[in-house]
Amino acid sequence: MIEVDRLTKNYGLVAAIRDVSFSVSPGQIVGFLGPNGAGKSTTMRILACFMPATSGVARVAGYDVFRQSMEVRRRIGYLPENVPLYTDMRVAPYLDFVAEVKGVGRAERRRRVADVMDRCMVADVQNRLIGKLSKGYRQRVGLAQAIVNDPEVLILDEPTIGLDPKQITEIRSLIKSLAGQHTVILSTHILPEVSMVCGAVIIINNGAIVAQGPIDTLVEQFFPTSRLEVEIVGPPPAVRDQIRAIPGVLSVQDQAPANGAARYTVEAARGRDVRAEIFQLAAQQRWELLELKRVGMTLEEVFIRVVAGEESEEGSAEKSAEKSAGEPAP
Amino acid sequence: MKIWAIFKKEMRLYFTSPVAWVVLTIFLFIAGYFFSSIFSFFSQASIQSAMNPAMGRELNVTDSVMRPLFSNISVILLLLMPLVTMRLFAEERRAGTIELLLTFPVRDGAVLAGKYLAALALYAIMIGLTVLYPVIVVYFARLEWGPVLTGYLGLLLMGATFIAVGVFASSLTENQIVAAVTTFGVLLIFWILGWSADYAGGTAGRLLQFLSILEHNDSFSKGVLDTKDILYYVNFTVLALFLTSRSLEARRWKG
Repeated sequence: MIEVDRLTKNYGLVAAIRDVSFSVSPGQIVGFLGPNGAGKSTTMRILACFMPATSGVARVAGYDVFRQSMEVRRRIGYLPENVPLYTDMRVAPYLDFVAEVKGVGRAERRRRVADVMDRCMVADVQNRLIGKLSKGYRQRVGLAQAIVNDPEVLILDEPTIGLDPKQITEIRSLIKSLAGQHTVILSTHILPEVSMVCGAVIIINNGAIVAQGPIDTLVEQFFPTSRLEVEIVGPPPAVRDQIRAIPGVLSVQDQAPANGAARYTVEAARGRDVRAEIFQLAAQQRWELLELKRVGMTLEEVFIRVVAGEESEEGSAEKSAEKSAGEPAP
Repeated sequence: MKIWAIFKKEMRLYFTSPVAWVVLTIFLFIAGYFFSSIFSFFSQASIQSAMNPAMGRELNVTDSVMRPLFSNISVILLLLMPLVTMRLFAEERRAGTIELLLTFPVRDGAVLAGKYLAALALYAIMIGLTVLYPVIVVYFARLEWGPVLTGYLGLLLMGATFIAVGVFASSLTENQIVAAVTTFGVLLIFWILGWSADYAGGTAGRLLQFLSILEHNDSFSKGVLDTKDILYYVNFTVLALFLTSRSLEARRWKG
């Protein structure tokens, strides 16, 4: 549904994104991750036909974003980063305007506007001036305008920023409900959000893609081991060595002991469950096993590893250049 | 119709914000002041001419009230119209709403047309309300409607030009004040060109006179429809709108 091939965008001499390639299949929700200034907004603006790329091709719903921009624009809903809305308009007339400009017929418009106001929970403020609304409401009006014409592809730049926890949950479930009929690409830097909402992620850093794929695959790719946390009362060196001796265990690290018990982090080959053996071992040795739990590796750790890894690899000169360039203002 | 959607949105923005109301109020206040002072001067002159029949022959309500009124209104417009047009594109850029507007499935030309027509409609309301003045005049004196109608046509054409210049200036910047000052500067230069015409004389003088933006309005209020004047305003407007569409397109390429 979205195909991006070797997309590059330069601002003067500074490259905001370099050779970015990815694709999103129909009905998928993809999270677009990266630290601030990594090039997320630049990529989304190019996809939304707001600005041209310096080189490379981007296709949305089969149409080129530059040459067939009108076809693309008919099929997308776009929510820019800072949610620019007409502050001097009221909510319902604004949504009606957007629907009309997006080509929703007069008869259907009233129904669609009422429908999105319900779905985005802004019906109670429909007669208020947008400029007088709180950040959370504005965010939801922005989302409402993006989906008012029921577009095939949604491009959402930080859709949950500035919302309170309850609203975040509601917006997330709204976005999740769009999966299937809609293809969604959403950028965020709230990592737990991605694991909750998205099936796949694209991680971008310093203008280049550093990792992409379904979350599970990525986690496996970057963390080919499974991890356990164990808390045992017993002589630490002995405990460590004995656990290390269990087949499949790759490493054991002990952490600061507390109350006579010590905590150990055990890494084992993926797919090898050593919990039963650790229990047996503790029972045999008459050590008191206080805790034994499996630690799931999360996207967060993948993110930190790929982003931090990139930074330590890159020359310091380039890094400072990127930093000073940052993401340019609109 | 996409143009209609943009037009309605701009009108809504004019009238839900105080802009339209303030502009209408101030404009009508000043225009009304000019009208009442011109008209009372005229009525005094009429009373005096009752004693001096020779002077009475010179008196003509169309020439002595409506013509000066039209010329005064054009000067008010010169000052006021830049403030009506300044936000059309500049504010969209400053607030970032242009990012959504330009990613909606609507052509730049339709955006421009909708915005231009909205400003023109507000302008038509402004000068439309001044029709009250000739109606008052008719109550007291015999007015020739022909020159009044052509006078209004002249105002409309001139205003269309002012707005086109303003829209162009607004498309160049994200700062409304810069847009207003640029518009005002351009219009002012095209006004004062006519003043130098008297000193310059000869071909240069005629050229300067021809370029003057208010000069062309004068013949309309005399009741003269000259293609030269009509073409001047139409060409000026078309040129400014063409430049605006280029400026919008440049925005798309540059990113």
